Amino acid sequence: MLALLFLAPSLIGFAVFYIIPFLMGVYESFTDRTLGGSFVGFDNYKDLLASSSFRKAAANTMLFTGISVPLLIAASLSLALLLNRPMFFRNGLRTAFIMPLVVPVASIVMIWQIFADWNGTLNLWLHHWGKERIDWLQSDWSMGVLVVMYLWKNIGYNMILFLAGLQSIPQDYYETARIEGAGRLRQLFHITLVYLTPTMFFVVLISIINSFKVFRETYLLAGDYPYDRIYMLQHYMNNMFFSLDIQKLTAAATLMVGCIVLFVTGLLRAERRFRDNME
Amino acid sequence: MKRPGWISKLVLTIGLGVLAAIMLVPIVLTFTNSLMTEQEIGLNYGLIGQMTDAAAGGKDAFVNLKVLPDWLSLEQYLHVLVLAPKFLRMFWNSVALVVPIIAGQTAVAALAAYAFAKLRFFGRDKLFLLYLMTMLMPFQVTLVPNYMVVDKLGLMNSGAALILPGIFGAFGVFMLRQFMAHIPFAYTEAAKIDGAGAWTIFARIILPLAKPGLAALTVLLFVDYWNMIEQPLIFLQDASKQPLSLYLAYIDKEARGIGFAASALYMTPMVLLFLYAESYFIEGVQLSGIKG
Repeated sequence: MLALLFLAPSLIGFAVFYIIPFLMGVYESFTDRTLGGSFVGFDNYKDLLASSSFRKAAANTMLFTGISVPLLIAASLSLALLLNRPMFFRNGLRTAFIMPLVVPVASIVMIWQIFADWNGTLNLWLHHWGKERIDWLQSDWSMGVLVVMYLWKNIGYNMILFLAGLQSIPQDYYETARIEGAGRLRQLFHITLVYLTPTMFFVVLISIINSFKVFRETYLLAGDYPYDRIYMLQHYMNNMFFSLDIQKLTAAATLMVGCIVLFVTGLLRAERRFRDNME
Repeated sequence: MKRPGWISKLVLTIGLGVLAAIMLVPIVLTFTNSLMTEQEIGLNYGLIGQMTDAAAGGKDAFVNLKVLPDWLSLEQYLHVLVLAPKFLRMFWNSVALVVPIIAGQTAVAALAAYAFAKLRFFGRDKLFLLYLMTMLMPFQVTLVPNYMVVDKLGLMNSGAALILPGIFGAFGVFMLRQFMAHIPFAYTEAAKIDGAGAWTIFARIILPLAKPGLAALTVLLFVDYWNMIEQPLIFLQDASKQPLSLYLAYIDKEARGIGFAASALYMTPMVLLFLYAESYFIEGVQLSGIKG
């Protein structure tokens, strides 16, 4: 009962603005028209899956998350491993790597444009090297540009999470390993990575949340209808909203939630199994 | 363990220093370019968005990325702050959206996080999992029903349409519960023996100890909501109510001259807040990432 008093403000607002809207959305996705439509089963889902722009958006979103999240984790882990070694100015360097996180996307978008434009700085460099220009934002490279922007912004956050994980590994594990003649690489795989696994689950979760936020960058850089390769599910849903195709939108949203829930459940289950094995 | 020599330390420092410098390039460029005259901006970056070579005046035409301006000038700032009332208006709009969201979400989330971390009740872990899942959802997922709720409450085209969902966002609950779970039970148990009620324990023990968590949450919420793009795009059709993030999104060729000063002013509050609260921020983020 006591707990309820503390929970009440959050729970009420959470229900009104998140849970109830979501359930309404699920309901809408099975009807044929907004408010008071009749039940049509999975028709909206069939339409949705038949829609080429949805398939494109879903494929792009998965591709982006599939490329950028592992890349980000590898990069931030390497950075954390390096920063964890003795050096000068460690705190200053750490600050520099986190800084992009706090810089608003909108205020940096002009700089990205200067680099990625057809007449931009990247192409100038290519030109210096005697190479042809690349249309960075209007070709398959556009996803590469997004990946770079995503890495730039999020590497610091993951890095400090990994640093905390690294510092929680007892030093005597390494001592023992050295005495038993384990090399650097063996130590990395058998001590560092094993004991970082709990941190890793959290980092994966946060990285995926942040990979959905890259929509902001895409929107600012390329508008409502960007090049095909970076047309994400969020663009699709936004555009369905403005074209009032509510049924497809809610069906897409429900599908996306279903996928996220499945993925997170799997992740949490894997984490529990890992914990049980460790004990 | 043998102590690494200063040479290896130096090599590592220089290597990471170069990397760090590259990371800072976009930020530094924004500030240095904000001191250019509008005319110089036009000369250097006028070619942006001119798709073809022909429009760019031949095959070898490129933008001229300048680190330092030819003439230092405060022209852009004068234009943005004094001559263009729109900017200050939208800056204020951003503040008026973000401050209530941060204050509200931190307060609401601290209460709920305390219940999740330190009290026992039926279905606690399942409910927390629900918050976690919600936190992962992109904004667009509840777009339509949210629109209907906002419409029903009569909040369309008002800041409340963004502020209320912001206050009840799940991220704060998640982050603070992770943080509070690290506060040892011994503290709360000792207070309980002394006869302290749940509210006293929350206000006198948990809150003061959760200060780094609260600081980290404040910075992260500030970053997230200062940046809002999707929500105002849908809920605030009225241009005079839109926040600064959209102002910068619509800066076009003509207005590019003042874009850097606007951007610099826009990122400054964030950067200062972060530098001020950095040690708390790092501690808060790190503790939230370790399972309690």
